[in-house]
Amino acid sequence: MDFFDRFAVPHPSLAIYASMAAIGLTIIAVIAGLTYFKKWGYLWREWLTTVDHKRIGIMYLLSALLMLFRGGVDAIMMRAQLAVPENTLLDAQHYNEIFTTHGIVMILFMAMPFIMFFMNFVVPLQIGARDVAFPRLNALSFWLFFMGAMLFNISFVVGGSPDAGWTSYFPLAGTEFSESVGNNYYMIAIQIAGIGTLMTGINFITTILKMRAPGMTLMKMPMFTWSALIANVIIVFAFPVLAVLLAMGTLDRQFGTNFFTMDNGGMDMLWANIFWVWGHPEVYILILPAFGIYSEVISTFARRNLYGYKSMVGSMVIISLLSFLVWAHHFFTMGQGAFTNSIFSITTMAIAVPTGVKIFNWLLTLRKGKIVFTTPMLYSMLFIPLFTLGGVTGVMLAMSAADYQYHNTMFLVAHFHNVIIPGVVYAMLAGLHYYWPKMFGFMLNEKIGKWTAWLLSIGFILAFMPMYVSGLDGQARRMYTYSEAAGFGLMNMISFVGAAIMAIGFVLIVYNIYYSTRYESRDISNDPWDARTLEWSTHTPVPEYNFAILPDVRSNEALWDAKKNGHVLFKGEYQKIHMPNNSGIPFIMSCIFFVWGFSFVFSLWIPVILTTIGIFVCMALRSFEQDHGRYISVKEIEETETNLRGA
Amino acid sequence: MSQLFPMKQVLGFVFSLLLTTVALAVYFLDMSFAAGMTILLVTAFIQAGLQLVVFMHAGETKDKSAIYTNVFYGLIIALVTVFGTLLAMVWDM
Repeated sequence: MDFFDRFAVPHPSLAIYASMAAIGLTIIAVIAGLTYFKKWGYLWREWLTTVDHKRIGIMYLLSALLMLFRGGVDAIMMRAQLAVPENTLLDAQHYNEIFTTHGIVMILFMAMPFIMFFMNFVVPLQIGARDVAFPRLNALSFWLFFMGAMLFNISFVVGGSPDAGWTSYFPLAGTEFSESVGNNYYMIAIQIAGIGTLMTGINFITTILKMRAPGMTLMKMPMFTWSALIANVIIVFAFPVLAVLLAMGTLDRQFGTNFFTMDNGGMDMLWANIFWVWGHPEVYILILPAFGIYSEVISTFARRNLYGYKSMVGSMVIISLLSFLVWAHHFFTMGQGAFTNSIFSITTMAIAVPTGVKIFNWLLTLRKGKIVFTTPMLYSMLFIPLFTLGGVTGVMLAMSAADYQYHNTMFLVAHFHNVIIPGVVYAMLAGLHYYWPKMFGFMLNEKIGKWTAWLLSIGFILAFMPMYVSGLDGQARRMYTYSEAAGFGLMNMISFVGAAIMAIGFVLIVYNIYYSTRYESRDISNDPWDARTLEWSTHTPVPEYNFAILPDVRSNEALWDAKKNGHVLFKGEYQKIHMPNNSGIPFIMSCIFFVWGFSFVFSLWIPVILTTIGIFVCMALRSFEQDHGRYISVKEIEETETNLRGA
Repeated sequence: MSQLFPMKQVLGFVFSLLLTTVALAVYFLDMSFAAGMTILLVTAFIQAGLQLVVFMHAGETKDKSAIYTNVFYGLIIALVTVFGTLLAMVWDM
């Protein structure tokens, strides 16, 4: 039995057994459902093996929504635990695991796939391309991310979750203080997902640099594509750091090396240092595409071209460079001298300048615009004031001397939620509403959408503003409870109410999807928002090849030119179109990666060796495979186009 | 005939051998740690640049500017990371 003991949860509770049962039942229900409705073949042919950027995008979206709810449940449990003093809803160990997984799930398995969804779905359409540069690599990226996320998510029912915070600082995360396999999950699952992300970065840089429509120079790209390009450049420079860091962490935990130990020449602070060399650029990887979405939404619904296009691009380039120069502001209190802290204070505050430029550009885009208040626009308008508040508290935190007061308090927690929720989450929701008709051929209900936006904002303010106060009063983050005498009770109760309102908001999103699927009109045009960029110039639903004829572009608003200035987008005759073939290898290889990761977590070396061989076999198969893709004939294109035109 | 003979590559190869010899000399000659490290770092960077330009054909396509921008951006970030880490973890601790 010794062998099986390691798979047991180290400190089980009723909730964990209930989750085990729920996961088991869900898996059985999914398998039974697929068999009963005879959907296995459909699933394999149309989704598991697809290399179509639009379908891969939609799979990213589904994963992101799933993980949003996983992370959201974690959040609600934390807020419920802290709602009253000396609460016993969760014990210390559970609370540790929950704040750890909440952080990782929300950043790496919710926000990241959400931006990957937008990049996959929107970028090729926006630049007038037929797919990404390396479609099969794209499928592999998605499946590696997905398997990494799933490996991470089974941790709490098999072997125990990581419990050293999403930053996983050593020496706490080392074997001396964290014996369970939880932190092995952290190292391996994020490593697998991270490889996928790095490949996406390379893929999209190539796509954007090489596959733009004729006439679209770099400075004629739509703003979202620019933001995606910059974000992917940051990915390519930042994610190798994470890969090396996690590998070193794995070596420390499972092979007895001493990179981050307290003795034998190790340096525990080095983990925090390298972690943030990746971690700070990572937040800009999330926020820049979000800014790109706001730029698209605001210029569409202000019915004006984006104000200050060049300064928008310039400020993003500056942000991408500065994002690599500020990492030490995450540990001002670790003991380095005032000189170092001053340098990193100044670079940090400098980021406020290009960010401010962007905020003013959006405001000036609105000026004299004919503003239409749709749901995506509502999210964008709520974003500007709320995000600015988060930015201002960020400048407060950037002052290293003052940071000694705020460090690791709820003030910090309030700050980063204040930038991430209005900054990233609102952008994702705005983009979801905005691009939904292009994906599925019907709009999401506007009335429910606006209710959701307001509920989320009210909930957000109630949940996070009190944390600024209790943080300044000295409430530390990551403490699972506090005494009544501390006086944090009222603020935390308000936070809990706010979190509950936000939860209602997120449930409303699901209800909106259900409601709109049933009742919303399917009779919409290809361009229901009267938008300005190329993705709206093709049919809804988008045909496999995106554009029957590659568009001709003269400005950064090619569709607007076509609609208002008599520009002809699609010139010439249909020609046969070269498309990539579907392939099962990315999915199979990622499944092997999952088994590899699981075996690695539990140090089962024989399966690790076997699966490593399996991974290399998959790569060799790909190397020797002769696959030149296939052609869609002119006749087929004509049929599809006639059908989609509804003529 | 002169077009067929890869003069640039041959000279590059000789030069890279020379750089290797100089670097190797650090091991055999008796010199201070600082002097040895300086020689190693200088020869390593020249060697890397040489390989990139002469043997990996960095400057020979119309992607030239994109490739060099990328290399310099990567270099800047690497240097900032290394020296920033040294500053925060060692020099100013």
